[in-house]
Amino acid sequence: MNIPDNLKYTNDHEWISFENGEATIGITDFAQRELGDIVYIDITALGQEVGKDEVFGSVEAVKTVSDLFMPVTASISEMNAALESAPDLVNSDPYGQGWIIKAKLNDPSQLDQLLSADEYKAVIGL
Amino acid sequence: MKELVLNEIHIALGAKMSPFAGYSMPVMYSGIMEEHHAVRNSLGIFDVSHMGEFILEGEGSLELIQRLTTNDASVLTPGDVQYSCMTNEKGGIVDDLLVYCLEAGKYMLVVNASNIEKDWNWISERNAGSVKMTNISDSTVLLAVQGPVAATALQSLTPVPLAQMKYYTFTKGQFAGIDDVIISATGYTGAGGFELYCKNEDAERLWQAVMEAGKPYEIKAAGLGARDTLRLEMGYCLYGNDINDETSPIEAGLGWITKFSKEFPGSDHFKEQKKNGIEKKLCGFEIVGKGFPRRGYKVLDEHFNEVGVVTSASISPSLDKSIGLAYLNKSVSAKGTPIKVVVRDKALDATVCSLPFTK
Repeated sequence: MNIPDNLKYTNDHEWISFENGEATIGITDFAQRELGDIVYIDITALGQEVGKDEVFGSVEAVKTVSDLFMPVTASISEMNAALESAPDLVNSDPYGQGWIIKAKLNDPSQLDQLLSADEYKAVIGL
Repeated sequence: MKELVLNEIHIALGAKMSPFAGYSMPVMYSGIMEEHHAVRNSLGIFDVSHMGEFILEGEGSLELIQRLTTNDASVLTPGDVQYSCMTNEKGGIVDDLLVYCLEAGKYMLVVNASNIEKDWNWISERNAGSVKMTNISDSTVLLAVQGPVAATALQSLTPVPLAQMKYYTFTKGQFAGIDDVIISATGYTGAGGFELYCKNEDAERLWQAVMEAGKPYEIKAAGLGARDTLRLEMGYCLYGNDINDETSPIEAGLGWITKFSKEFPGSDHFKEQKKNGIEKKLCGFEIVGKGFPRRGYKVLDEHFNEVGVVTSASISPSLDKSIGLAYLNKSVSAKGTPIKVVVRDKALDATVCSLPFTK
């Protein structure tokens, strides 16, 4: 299970990275494994500000559907267009080509409340 | 929770294990899509040892089976397998099952894992005493080797001429050097292939031999996830989803295994349903465009009246469409009828279609 040290995590199995004022958000290796084959990513709040822990979309897998929760309050500026034709990138490369959205943070200090890689590993029992 | 005899093999193959019917079961290995395509186009192996097996033998065994099941087991000769179901007096289905005629007066019933205890009690309570019943579920491993190349791939493992075996027949024979393996030309995928029953102690040898023989065909270990998408494409019922203690075999499209040449629990009721017609029927549907219905979602007609409920649904890997089964009022059950499936807050357009989804 790959849980990169340089990312922040949530209890809902999202990851977030933050560089040059822009955040990139996706789901973790653990989450994609639990969901199984991902067939569709539905982003309902493109262009909108979404509060911390609020739903910004959902992930449809063959066996199940799961909501996506915002790790911090942010405005969604972009969704990963590659996922429209290849949603399975979230399975094969959850931290790279399988990123889900980019967002502008209102208050980057909210990142400090998120989990470190080690803390997240504890959440998933690693 | 029970572990499969081959639990460690599944874990070593990277299986995602999940609880199902009291067992820790492999749900997927490499991915449901990949496993699905392997089975549909070439070869896959499923460990479905969670299924239950009962032996019924001795005087009155055929009579007991005839009295409890909907299909006509009197036509079976040794080597035949029959799909059937047990019904209750209230007009529901206790379980769907396979009946194997092992020899004259000796049968094996293969039942759903979730119903082993219920079925055992149901049959025992109705056994007048002369039929000897043995539950061999815990000492039996069942491997389903499914796919269009199964007969070719497995032939080197057995003297039994596999390609000549008719669908829904079986032979007891040597397989992978193991004696008395039940080699059954059956399955729950519609892809062709065999179901192999062996004793626990022979299971690892059987698994490894099949994996080795399947190598040139890129055999894949496949889990319950792919088993579900494969069976759904064929329109096969899943107990607990599409059929249960309250659904009638006539409504479920199982009229073809419901024979009124004899009496069984609820038979008068089903006869009436067959004669007078039914109010609702299990139908296939496909979503027009994109959308992912799930079990339990509501179905509406074109005027947004509620006309049914989804009992199984998934993306079909073979068709790349969302498909499902739903109980629909007769007003909308005809093939081609436009319906709507409520997926969260949206009513998605769908069409009633004939089964199987894939041919």
